[in-house]
Amino acid sequence: MNTPKSLNRRRFLGTTAASLAAASLGGLSARPAVAQTALTVGFIYVGPKDDFGYNQAHAEGAAAVKAMEGVTVLEEENVPESQDVQNTMESMINFDGAQLLFPTSFGYFNPHILEVAPKYPDIRFEHAGGLWTPENPANIGSYFGYIGMGQYLNGIAAGHATASKKIGFVAAKPIPQVLNNINSFLLGARTVDPSITCQVIFTGEWSMAVKEAEATNALADQGSDVITCHVDGPKGVCETAVSRGAYVCGYHADQSPLAGDLYLTGAEWNWAGIYTDMVAKTQAGEPIDNFVRGGLAEGFIKMSPLGPAVSDAARAQFEATRAEIEAGGFAAIKGPLNDNRGNVIAAAGEAFVETDIALESMDYLVEGVLGSTR
Amino acid sequence: MDPVDIGLWGVPLAILGGAIRVSTPFIFVSLGECLTERSGRINLGLEGTLVFGAMSGYAMAYETGSPFIGVLAAAVAGMLFGLFHGWICKFEGVNDIAVGIAMMLFGMGLAFFLGKPYIQPVAPDLPAIGFGWWSDIPQVRAALQVNVLFIAGGILALVMAWMFRSTRVGLVVRVVGDSTDAARAIGLNPDVVRLLATGAGGALAGVGGAYLSLYYPGSWSEGISSGQGLMAVALVIFARWNPINCFWAALLFGGAGALGPALQSVGVSEGYYLFFAAPYVLTLGLLILTSSPDRAMQGAPLALSLTK
Repeated sequence: MNTPKSLNRRRFLGTTAASLAAASLGGLSARPAVAQTALTVGFIYVGPKDDFGYNQAHAEGAAAVKAMEGVTVLEEENVPESQDVQNTMESMINFDGAQLLFPTSFGYFNPHILEVAPKYPDIRFEHAGGLWTPENPANIGSYFGYIGMGQYLNGIAAGHATASKKIGFVAAKPIPQVLNNINSFLLGARTVDPSITCQVIFTGEWSMAVKEAEATNALADQGSDVITCHVDGPKGVCETAVSRGAYVCGYHADQSPLAGDLYLTGAEWNWAGIYTDMVAKTQAGEPIDNFVRGGLAEGFIKMSPLGPAVSDAARAQFEATRAEIEAGGFAAIKGPLNDNRGNVIAAAGEAFVETDIALESMDYLVEGVLGSTR
Repeated sequence: MDPVDIGLWGVPLAILGGAIRVSTPFIFVSLGECLTERSGRINLGLEGTLVFGAMSGYAMAYETGSPFIGVLAAAVAGMLFGLFHGWICKFEGVNDIAVGIAMMLFGMGLAFFLGKPYIQPVAPDLPAIGFGWWSDIPQVRAALQVNVLFIAGGILALVMAWMFRSTRVGLVVRVVGDSTDAARAIGLNPDVVRLLATGAGGALAGVGGAYLSLYYPGSWSEGISSGQGLMAVALVIFARWNPINCFWAALLFGGAGALGPALQSVGVSEGYYLFFAAPYVLTLGLLILTSSPDRAMQGAPLALSLTK
């Protein structure tokens, strides 16, 4: 936690800077200049910031912001998606003078950010993954990357590597982003062999080390020989999959140090560019769009380097598809496609390109995924 | 070896494998708590001890390259936590339950603070013995990978039961646990006995934590424990303060925990939140089935603050 000492120092510096600036320039015109030189930015994580996963990816972005001039970065880890995050946001604003907040976990958005933001119209709230709509307060922004495309590329590597034609997915909660990842993973694999199926196991929580390991074991027991995941810290899934001899496709951050030669590739976040851009805009007094999205081409996501187990054929298809995605307008979800209950998702000729907003309210698993959203 | 399609057999196999993999921390923490409670004191801080044991075990295993030194370090750290708890509780008017909750938060906080540099490094794992050599099926072999600590926990349960029944040490612990006055009358010092019992209980809880970080799931992170330490304390009551029953209760709890993922993997995917509650539902069900107003506290040490 931040101590009153740092508060005093910061306030002291702030007032000194303000009075100096006022003395030299005179009048009210100095105020924006002061704001530009002293910006306090708060990052809030749901777990530890070195979890080889979701929080580490955000913390790497925060580290890039820390290196910027005139920016003070506040970080708080292990903040639950409850009243706790509201308290953390309010204390960062009221006690530490944060002007820009990045509450990074999905569950922070509704209701917590939506409740706190209207009370502080001058503070900017930037949230990863929430679906901002024009009815929401204007001081909230949402940003996200099309990481489903990364899972699609993971799926291509997995489709070439699997011998059992069964691939596995350890998932936290059935929210749209997770479902999109599962679907993309399978659809990528099915471009290699349409008979491949993907078994999904939901753990129900973002971070449950033992349960994730149990889920990975259950997948391996049923014959999945390539395993990926969407949980906050993929460390346990990776290590358990490796102990069972299964290939691993990474997620969130680079897990190749954990999986060694069994690591095929991974879909990683690349937040540094987005965060420094948003902070620079705030310093300059420029507005940030309320709705920011980007993919491989925009540098929002990146792929881990391909591992030694990836065959030449897999490498060729992987690179060709990556180029196609980077060119823009790529669609993983395209007709004819049914969900795994037999409902039509897309008729022949219909396609949802990666930027399609409809994908952000996905509530189905496609045909070939063994699992249920309920 | 290629995996064999085992279909629905995956469920009983997962329960067996899960019982072996998941139960070990429950075994150690509940045996430790059993010893402490038999001496007449409750240590609710074992969740914190477990987490601190997981951290210190992982850190020492990484620094020295030996997982066994890690286990030893976890035991020593756990013992210190236990002794601290035991020492505070000897003072007049101190409530052992409140101290336990404070120690739990203290242990977790300290472990998170000191454990920061050890989240990323990879420490060596504890060895396991393969009891599945007779089978050609890789899934069976994987399920029957039995860790040395699991075996040690089973032996410890037997030894502890024998100790309570047939040794002088066991008798001393039981006397102190049943009546502070009687213990004083025969020249025992209840405070010292309870201090040592709480210290030994803490050491066992520390070893349980080392199993989490050094074998399964096998890495240190702040989310390593999902309440195993607290559940194990409840299991002691469920097991009616009997070490052998603690062992079975831990196995049952571990096996039931494997039910959720295993059912999803064979296609029973709806309502998985319900299956994840299986261990708790099962425990509750068994408690209700075996309950009776006449013997609700049967086996409970009489000097325990629960029974007072």
